[in-house]
Amino acid sequence: METGFNMANIARAMPEMYLAGAICFVLLVDVFFGEKRRGLTPTLTLLVLAVGAALTLLYANLPGREFLFHGQYVSDPLAVMLKLFGFLVAAIGLLYSRDYLQRRDMNRGEYYVLVLTALLGVFVIVSANSLLTVYIGVELLALSVYAIVAFDRQSGIAAEAAMKYFVLGAMASGVLLYGMSMIYGLTGTLALDELAQMASGTPSLGVTFGLVFIVVAVAFKFGAAPFHMWLPDVYHGAPTAVTTFISTVPQIAYFALAFRLLSFGMSGVAEYWQDMLAIVAVLSLVLGNLVAIAQTNMKRMLAYSTIGNVGFILLGFVAGNLQGHEAALYYTVAYVIMALGSFGVVLLLSRTGFEADELDHFRGLHARDPLAAAVMAILMFSTAGIPPFVGFWAKFNILQALWLDGHVALIIVAAAVSIIGLFYYLRVVKLMYFDAPDGLPAAQSGQGGVRLTLALNALAVVALASCQTCCCSLWRGLSASVSHRLNGSHFPPSSFILVGSVAGWSSLAARRAHNPKVVGSNPTPATNFPGISLGRLLLLPRSSISVPRSLRAFAAVDRYDGPRYECGLRTQ
Amino acid sequence: MITLAHLLTLSGILFAIAVAGVFLNRKNIILLLMCIELMLLAVNFNFVAFSRFLNDIDGQIFVFFVLTVAAAESAIGLAILVVLFRNRRDINVEALDTLKG
Repeated sequence: METGFNMANIARAMPEMYLAGAICFVLLVDVFFGEKRRGLTPTLTLLVLAVGAALTLLYANLPGREFLFHGQYVSDPLAVMLKLFGFLVAAIGLLYSRDYLQRRDMNRGEYYVLVLTALLGVFVIVSANSLLTVYIGVELLALSVYAIVAFDRQSGIAAEAAMKYFVLGAMASGVLLYGMSMIYGLTGTLALDELAQMASGTPSLGVTFGLVFIVVAVAFKFGAAPFHMWLPDVYHGAPTAVTTFISTVPQIAYFALAFRLLSFGMSGVAEYWQDMLAIVAVLSLVLGNLVAIAQTNMKRMLAYSTIGNVGFILLGFVAGNLQGHEAALYYTVAYVIMALGSFGVVLLLSRTGFEADELDHFRGLHARDPLAAAVMAILMFSTAGIPPFVGFWAKFNILQALWLDGHVALIIVAAAVSIIGLFYYLRVVKLMYFDAPDGLPAAQSGQGGVRLTLALNALAVVALASCQTCCCSLWRGLSASVSHRLNGSHFPPSSFILVGSVAGWSSLAARRAHNPKVVGSNPTPATNFPGISLGRLLLLPRSSISVPRSLRAFAAVDRYDGPRYECGLRTQ
Repeated sequence: MITLAHLLTLSGILFAIAVAGVFLNRKNIILLLMCIELMLLAVNFNFVAFSRFLNDIDGQIFVFFVLTVAAAESAIGLAILVVLFRNRRDINVEALDTLKG
């Protein structure tokens, strides 16, 4: 672990180093040229994000995991995948919000700099391997987000939301720190990998005490009930562009926070925090889905929907097995894509003096703007968890992981609240397609790029669900072609892509065309799950059912070696 | 002789006072900021105590980071407070009730 400090050793930390430099650069450029040329900083930020993704692929995309900076920092395929996803989501979010910001005279450089610093915070959490790094990342993200929520200085409700968020968030940081100090004091180490070995078996009273504080802080950051009080107010009060950002990019960090801190660092006492998380998850599922029904504001409704979805993500951690973590990762990625699109539509429909954030503003949207209505309908169906879309597979994987771990009661709760949740998602579809527009503004012209991206976003929801195998081969092929170092790819990159996609498609087509029995022919543990027979009934391709297995290829959750990851986990 | 238990009890009491302050205070947001500072200082106390009794320097390094971040946190908190006061002419905690539902 002790490594010298030379460029070759720290090259894997390129995303963070580059981003820290780029933030200073963007800030300076904005100070000197931002006032004269308003479009400069937004364009530069998008460029910075694109270059960042390229550098990540070039320098950080290596197999295996490596500890840098004396064990404070870890670089592994999971971190690289989450960072690339972070770059992508941040860029698309900025693309959606640019017009909104311009019309409200908020298109200032500070906004973009704050987005980049928040992204840096996300990256630090994603690669954290010590309690100190986790804390620095959490604060870097949180402080940027507090400032960005209060960004609209004319808005009273934004300031109120920011104040509530700040007070509760600062308290959560205090709680997190107190838990960390207890854990540090009783184990004598800050490094998460050492912690995993030190705190195992039956925890002492002090460790349990610290663990409770840490679980509360993680639940607060996720916005899980009963620590959700800040979330609806912040989503509602913040400008829609900011809501788009805070509902997407930080979610990646919160997944990583739970994964690094609990699943990895606290793996020795997993049973204890899994029980706590199970309570939090059930409360979030029930509260999120029930209270969302009563909302009249779109942003508030989506906020409660977030609470419900967070419950699902936490259930993945409760399952605690490999499938559970993969399912939680898959759910996070799927949820971020869906939230990005939903808020993107709200942003597209808003105009000067009209926020388009009430449910009534969606009346007859199909007659006014068919594309936006179609995109929103697909996203609502997907978030509700209706089969052909990615949201269904995300939920399905979580339930499958829970089934493998024997949590039948949790499955029943999760399935029941999903059905309740259908009501408020489908209500939006009903408003858009079956109600009269009565006097609401028609579609705007222009914003062709945003419309195209929104359409692609909705398509991603369909495509991710229907050809995961294909997407994964593409992903692997692309990263191999850039780095030339991915283990196991002996083909030239281009043929790798071709073979992968052809194989993916042909397997899909073959299974769809005939022989539904293929689905259940090889008895894996998964075939115990009643959903498999449902899948057989619907002639669904097997490749869609075993989603997380294909995801494993690039997420590499399973590459965590050594007994410490497995000890305490209730495996089959 | 001062033992680790004494120090932990003191930091626990400080932390509890800070949390109680956040929840009981119904008057002034500046008091909330002070409570949050107290909370972080209680944690620092914990870290230093553990660091001293474990003979491990890591805890004290952590304290430096916490102090730095706490300063940044107060700066952001006060900035939000200024924005809030400009919009409302009031920093009463009970006036923060526009957002509901």
